[in-house]
Amino acid sequence: MYKYDSYDQKLVDERVAQYRDQTQRFLAGEIPDDEFRALRLRNGLYIQRFAPMLRISIPYGLLASRQLRMLGHIARTYDKGFGHFTTRQNMQFHWPKLEQVPDILAELATVQMHSIQTSGNCIRNVTSDHLAGVAHDELVDPRPYCEIARQWATFHPEFNWLPRKFKLAFSATTGDRAATRTHDIGIHIVRNERGELGYTMYVGGGLGRMPMLGHKIRDFLPELDLLSYLEAILRIYNRLGRRDNIHRARIKVLVKETGPEKFAEMVEAEWEQIRHGELRLQQTDIDIIKSHFDQHAYDRNAVNDRSYEACLATDPAFSAFVKRNVRLHREDGYRIVFASLKPVGGVTGDISAEQLDVMADLADRYSFDEARVTHDQNIVLGDVRKEDVYTVWKTLAEHGLATPNIGLLTDLICCPGLDYCSLANAGSIGVSQDIADRFESLDYLYDIGEIKIKMSGCMNGCGHHSVGHIGILGVDKHGEEWYQVTLGGSAENDASLGDRTGPAISRADIAAAIERIIGVYMDERRSEDETFLECYRRVGMPPFKARIYAAEEVPA
Amino acid sequence: MSVLIRNARAEADDYGELPDGANEAGPTRRVIVPLERWQAERESLLSRFDAVGVRLLNTTDLPTVWEHIADRPLIELDFPTFGDGRAYSQARLLRERYGFTGEIRARGKAVVRDHMLSMTRAGINSFVLRDDQIAEVCLAALNDFDLAYQHAVDALPIVAKMRRRAQPTSAEKQVDAAARE
Repeated sequence: MYKYDSYDQKLVDERVAQYRDQTQRFLAGEIPDDEFRALRLRNGLYIQRFAPMLRISIPYGLLASRQLRMLGHIARTYDKGFGHFTTRQNMQFHWPKLEQVPDILAELATVQMHSIQTSGNCIRNVTSDHLAGVAHDELVDPRPYCEIARQWATFHPEFNWLPRKFKLAFSATTGDRAATRTHDIGIHIVRNERGELGYTMYVGGGLGRMPMLGHKIRDFLPELDLLSYLEAILRIYNRLGRRDNIHRARIKVLVKETGPEKFAEMVEAEWEQIRHGELRLQQTDIDIIKSHFDQHAYDRNAVNDRSYEACLATDPAFSAFVKRNVRLHREDGYRIVFASLKPVGGVTGDISAEQLDVMADLADRYSFDEARVTHDQNIVLGDVRKEDVYTVWKTLAEHGLATPNIGLLTDLICCPGLDYCSLANAGSIGVSQDIADRFESLDYLYDIGEIKIKMSGCMNGCGHHSVGHIGILGVDKHGEEWYQVTLGGSAENDASLGDRTGPAISRADIAAAIERIIGVYMDERRSEDETFLECYRRVGMPPFKARIYAAEEVPA
Repeated sequence: MSVLIRNARAEADDYGELPDGANEAGPTRRVIVPLERWQAERESLLSRFDAVGVRLLNTTDLPTVWEHIADRPLIELDFPTFGDGRAYSQARLLRERYGFTGEIRARGKAVVRDHMLSMTRAGINSFVLRDDQIAEVCLAALNDFDLAYQHAVDALPIVAKMRRRAQPTSAEKQVDAAARE
């Protein structure tokens, strides 16, 4: 966990006071609606279809147990007893009162949390790998670098009024779990051939109505040059990004219209002017930030436990859970445990106050006081001793958090859709439930294997549909909810954007269409080892298209 | 009449407008003119006025115009809407890259309380407040924060520098290590 020092705390406290004053001036009629909108968005507050929505920042998805308890407290006190984890590793509450938001922010500040820059045309929450620090395939822990970038971005005086929102993601592994190439800036932490640490920089990725993968603009940026290079990119974007059309205002459009090579030249020219200045990091700066993170004292004896294997052998339900929801840890005596927020019939990413408390207790007792939110909207206990996994599973199961479906079809990601969001064209939660209902049998789910279904209720793409193995996009057709389906997207190292199957499909037929797509895969795959994505890449669209649109049951 | 804040104080504006096509600005001896007019009428303007400031569009590319405005006592930047932050970059470049030490003035719809601190941090030191703004309320904005994460043009203490100073020096570390042994 990153622990605030007095400086971090003071900045967050001062931000709460600033926003309280802004809210009071708004309520006194001293700030026009549209201007207060820009100010409240920078503090995470949206006015949604039915009620305000408050988005709370969870930098790189990391939560301390006392922060989980605070989220539970806020859910109970200011909301209807629920919170919703988003695809950006944040938490959203859907019913807070505008007048009470400064109080909520003040409560959050007591546990080193905030909602700074979780919306608005500014630099947003920095995201990363939810397995950072415990993953096998990790070069270094990316989180100190995320934190350095977060601090640079927080209240940046020059970049708070950008053409559009701006998102950064870091990855330090061979398998990219942070979907970095779908971000405005994607940063891969790497070593060069001389063994020096640095970054490969990607710019101009994004989802939404014009999905694009980021372009590599630099192979290797030295470790200490991170902030000057980010500043150079942002300065070019602030000056030249389009402001005449909101749909063309993201940096991806600037990079595309300028051309990635020319854009890279502009960044390099700007960087050349500032790289030796105040923004150049010192090794001390990195060491100081690293020292703010807890170092976990792993128990070397944990590896000697035999009860874990015994439970696996005797308890099939536990064994099923471990197969899907438990991953190997860098330390042999430990495991990474996923709590699923995708129960059959439940709402993707939703979590009750009681469940938040349960996760806090489990994190306290079994995982060094920490939990992580994934961008697939689940929660991870990153450091559970082997011998404790069984107890953790029992507790998770008692509270509906142990559905053994991580990475499977029903572990789909989904935005709040028409049920909550004022931007949505179509519902997404109901569709995800319909799909889950059709694949109730866990045996069939295991047989289907690893697949990522991603669904968004509108073009803005909060559900990352463009990079779903199966993507579903809600569209409005003459006042009715229809769904555009794409196949073959991926957000990982083999990143790609999905291809459209054809005409949109009606609300009544969408779940059946997904079932047919899965049916084609089951018929076409060479073996159980060929994943949906591999199969699609081999056979292409025709067999899928033929079956989706073949019969009258799914009219085009 | 708009209120002017300059160097963190409300002041009377000693610059006047020189309307397009007009050659006189009433009694005032100091005027602000658009960049094009400055470039076209430089000598004539200098002969008629004590001081001539230049107004830039927020799309003006500084490297291409800097040599024409480097000697000006005042550069005015434009904030045409509440959310258009392009002139923030111009202000920082004027101060940090070109070393401009004259007055940088902000005018437009974003010149309100809730932009004042970041504008100040970016190097702007005078503000033509929007008509609905009250000077005392706007000045209070400068005290919203006592410190900042980023180095900028103003004098707010920078977190990273304070942290570095709080680190033990290598000499102290040696003493500390010796004491432990």
